[in-house]
Amino acid sequence: MSKKMHIKLNVNGKDEEFLAEPRELLIYTLRERLNLTGPHIGCETSHCGACTVTLNGKSVKSCTMFVAQADGAEVTTIEGMGSPDALHPLQEAFREHHGLQCGYCTPGMITRAAKLLEENPNPTEEEVRFGMAGNLCRCTGYQNIVKSILAAAAEMNGAKEAAE
Amino acid sequence: MKDDVTSREDRVANLKGMGCERKRVEDARFTQGKGNYVDDIKLDGMLAGDFVRSPYAHARVVSIDTEAALQVPGVLAVLTAKDLEPLGLHWMPTLAGDKQMVLADGKVLFQGQEVAFVVAEDRFAAADGVEAVEVEYEELPVIVDPFEALKTDVVLREDLDPNADGAHGPRKHPNHIFTWEAGEKEATEQVLDAAEVVAEENIYYHRTHPCPLETCGCVASMDKVNGKLTLYGTFQAPHAIRTVVSLISGIEEHNIRVVSPDIGGGFGNKVGAYPGYVCSVVASIVTGKPVKWIEDRMDNLMTTAFARDYHMHGKISATKEGKITGLWCHTTADHGGFDACADPTKFPAGFMNICTGSYDIPTAYLAVDGVYTNKAPGGVAYRCSFRVTEAAYFIERMIEVLAIELGMDAAELRRINFIKKEQFPYHSALGWEYDSGDYHTAWDKALKAVDYDGLRKEQAERVEAFKRGETRKLMGIGLTHFTEIVGAGPVKNCDILGLGMFDSCEIRIHPTGSAIARLGTISQGQGHATTFAQILATEIGLPADSITIEEGDTDTAPYGLGTYGSRSTPVAGAATAMAGRKIRAKAQMIAAYLLEVHDDDVEFDVDRFVIKGAPERFKTMKEIAFAAYNQAIPGIEPGLEAVSYYDPPNMTYPFGAYICVMEIDVDTGEHEIRQFYALDDCGTRINPMIIEGQVHGGLTEALAIAMGQEIAYDEMGNCKTGTLMDFFLPTAWETPNYTTDHTVTPSPHHPIGAKGVGESPNVGGVPAFSNAVHDAFRPFGLRQSHMPHDHWRIWKTANDLGLHD
Ligand code: FES
Ligand code: FES
Repeated sequence: MSKKMHIKLNVNGKDEEFLAEPRELLIYTLRERLNLTGPHIGCETSHCGACTVTLNGKSVKSCTMFVAQADGAEVTTIEGMGSPDALHPLQEAFREHHGLQCGYCTPGMITRAAKLLEENPNPTEEEVRFGMAGNLCRCTGYQNIVKSILAAAAEMNGAKEAAE
Repeated sequence: MKDDVTSREDRVANLKGMGCERKRVEDARFTQGKGNYVDDIKLDGMLAGDFVRSPYAHARVVSIDTEAALQVPGVLAVLTAKDLEPLGLHWMPTLAGDKQMVLADGKVLFQGQEVAFVVAEDRFAAADGVEAVEVEYEELPVIVDPFEALKTDVVLREDLDPNADGAHGPRKHPNHIFTWEAGEKEATEQVLDAAEVVAEENIYYHRTHPCPLETCGCVASMDKVNGKLTLYGTFQAPHAIRTVVSLISGIEEHNIRVVSPDIGGGFGNKVGAYPGYVCSVVASIVTGKPVKWIEDRMDNLMTTAFARDYHMHGKISATKEGKITGLWCHTTADHGGFDACADPTKFPAGFMNICTGSYDIPTAYLAVDGVYTNKAPGGVAYRCSFRVTEAAYFIERMIEVLAIELGMDAAELRRINFIKKEQFPYHSALGWEYDSGDYHTAWDKALKAVDYDGLRKEQAERVEAFKRGETRKLMGIGLTHFTEIVGAGPVKNCDILGLGMFDSCEIRIHPTGSAIARLGTISQGQGHATTFAQILATEIGLPADSITIEEGDTDTAPYGLGTYGSRSTPVAGAATAMAGRKIRAKAQMIAAYLLEVHDDDVEFDVDRFVIKGAPERFKTMKEIAFAAYNQAIPGIEPGLEAVSYYDPPNMTYPFGAYICVMEIDVDTGEHEIRQFYALDDCGTRINPMIIEGQVHGGLTEALAIAMGQEIAYDEMGNCKTGTLMDFFLPTAWETPNYTTDHTVTPSPHHPIGAKGVGESPNVGGVPAFSNAVHDAFRPFGLRQSHMPHDHWRIWKTANDLGLHD
């Protein structure tokens, strides 16, 4: 076993500091060390997106990043997206439009979709399908996921307009 | 009595009962990352287990040296077959009546086979320990082809007496597992001999894998103080697992608690019992600590539960006008190193004998030979009811081949051979009794919806344009009319390991008019907590929102055989309705007492009992629930509970008509799904939103299977598709939008007429996609090309047909 590394992270707005092995993966840190079991493991080879989180403003598959590489970063997981009393519009939309079944892909999907809508608040269906292609779902056939994301986009744009 | 201010319509809506698009109650936790999947479970002092796996497909295990591994910091134990042998746990029974090595006992039979189990303080230490175990192998000749397996002198299963019968009768060769037959051999051969037209074809349904997004896993926790074993895991059949664990471990069943927490998709992968479960239990007993074992994706794809791998040789006969007279099928089934199919005991080839499909075929014969090879064991039903997908693919390809032979339109050929509405209940030549159907109505609706004639015209024009060199794209129209057989099943002919395939529901009404119901099934994404509450709401007149549904904990839920083979709605759904009716019967007596009339003078109306002819006098179910607990009623016990164990009188037979329109680029082999129309008839519809979601998902799995997904081996038995890089799962980008539609033909024997739908789209989808590919090339002489139709294979087909010249 090699020398432990001193890591600092800000996860969902909270500062975390700990010693980690150099080979510790970010998904492991989140799930095992910080008890954030929202992000899931589906492959550990960057293919499925179940482990997607937002790291310094980018969507990242946390299974293929060492926590050492994330030192000093700001991380948002599904647990940081909304609260039971104030759900994120995407969380509402996935429920409303049946965008999930077993729910295993869902945290990664919603986290990724949030980033997508931040970058492109008014996507076409094609842009949603392309932008979500890094996240696999085995249950839904994507049709209702796409529908959910488009509905959330409309909802968020509507809210923005109302606020302006 | 109160004023009845709400309308009947409002009262119905308020229940959110059957037929409404109730939103799912599961979603709150899943969308907030608060699901509880097995890998989320953390227990005090929990250890991690991981396997040393064989790199060879066939080899003797000469020695295993665990010395170095035990020196690795954090490693606590390394189990081998030698350690399990004194407990009799180095082998375990499979669901198919065979046995399987838990850990390599002298030899290995497939790549990735479990050789030793390392138990360590965490996953990292376990992985280090796995690296440090030294195993010496002596390679043996590898057999990956089932036809060769039946000829070779190489014996794979040396543990079996070559002269003794197997679990399903005589064996013809040491690598042969069983022969299973249905129908009439001689009569069918006579029909074929005398027929005006016979079409013959070899159809291979390739090996693939259910690959749910969550892999298999478990946490075993032996509480030595209380002598109680708790086993959490990704189990599609938790109660059956409890019984099996009890039988093989000797721990009494009341001391075992099996819990299926949230499951991240199953699709058949999580029905069986795997070595990881046994090893985790043993490791927990040995160490006295909870032990977690979670497959990684490679373990999952290479070792647990492949599906299909059926080599089907078919002959179909007809008159010159296209009336089918006979069907013959011989299947060589590659089961891998152990026969670990999850099939009802009497059906070693599952329900493959539904292969006469939706057609009135008077004479038929089916034989299936199961064979051992050096591949992973299994043969699970990947989103299908025990080999129904293979059967549907077979008959839907044979129909297309016959249409070519006859020079007929394949839609018309289907139409003239469908079982007619008035023929139900229909007795098929291979032994089933189809409960209900109206195939002609569904078919006509489907053809009309896609403008079938218009499509054929467009296709003919396209072929001409292609021949003139104006386009390099062909157009295929993939047709399918499938009939499923689900809801296993009547206990008299369906059991798994002797466990009858009934299912159950137990309802407890609380005094204030809410309820909890527990079932013997377990959701893996199907939304049981939502839909079963809807069934109950309609049956007992309490709002679905006031009914909690619980499954998956064997300490609390009634015994049931679990969720697979689309059996939840047909069997547990029926149990739910029946238990609900028992509640209602008692409620009726209470209502009559409260209203001071005779039992027969009250009737159920949505959410209450009313006096016949005087509906303004009533007692709501809420009031009745309160009275049931709090009012002394002469001759009636307090409380309001019911339980039903439902043994279905027959299977249910959902059906559907699917049409896929595909564009194929002849030069790149790429395809584009232009349109996919799916009409499903699953009988009574409980929640249309959930049905639609199931259809989308099943079709996407079908798309994957037909167009690219496979478990492939090289001749050394190396699995070539062990990661998601090689094993095709479609993304949102490759997946089309689907158009769903329905007809409703209720099941006459099911209490609410529901038939089940989850697997239909996989069963019908695969032939629809595959037929579209074949249909595109039909004008150029293609009869049969094997799946998966990936870009390379399609390109190769075009090339073989001379379309690149
Ligand atoms: S687990 Fe990270 S991409 Fe699959
Ligand atoms: S909902 Fe099951 S994997 Fe997406």
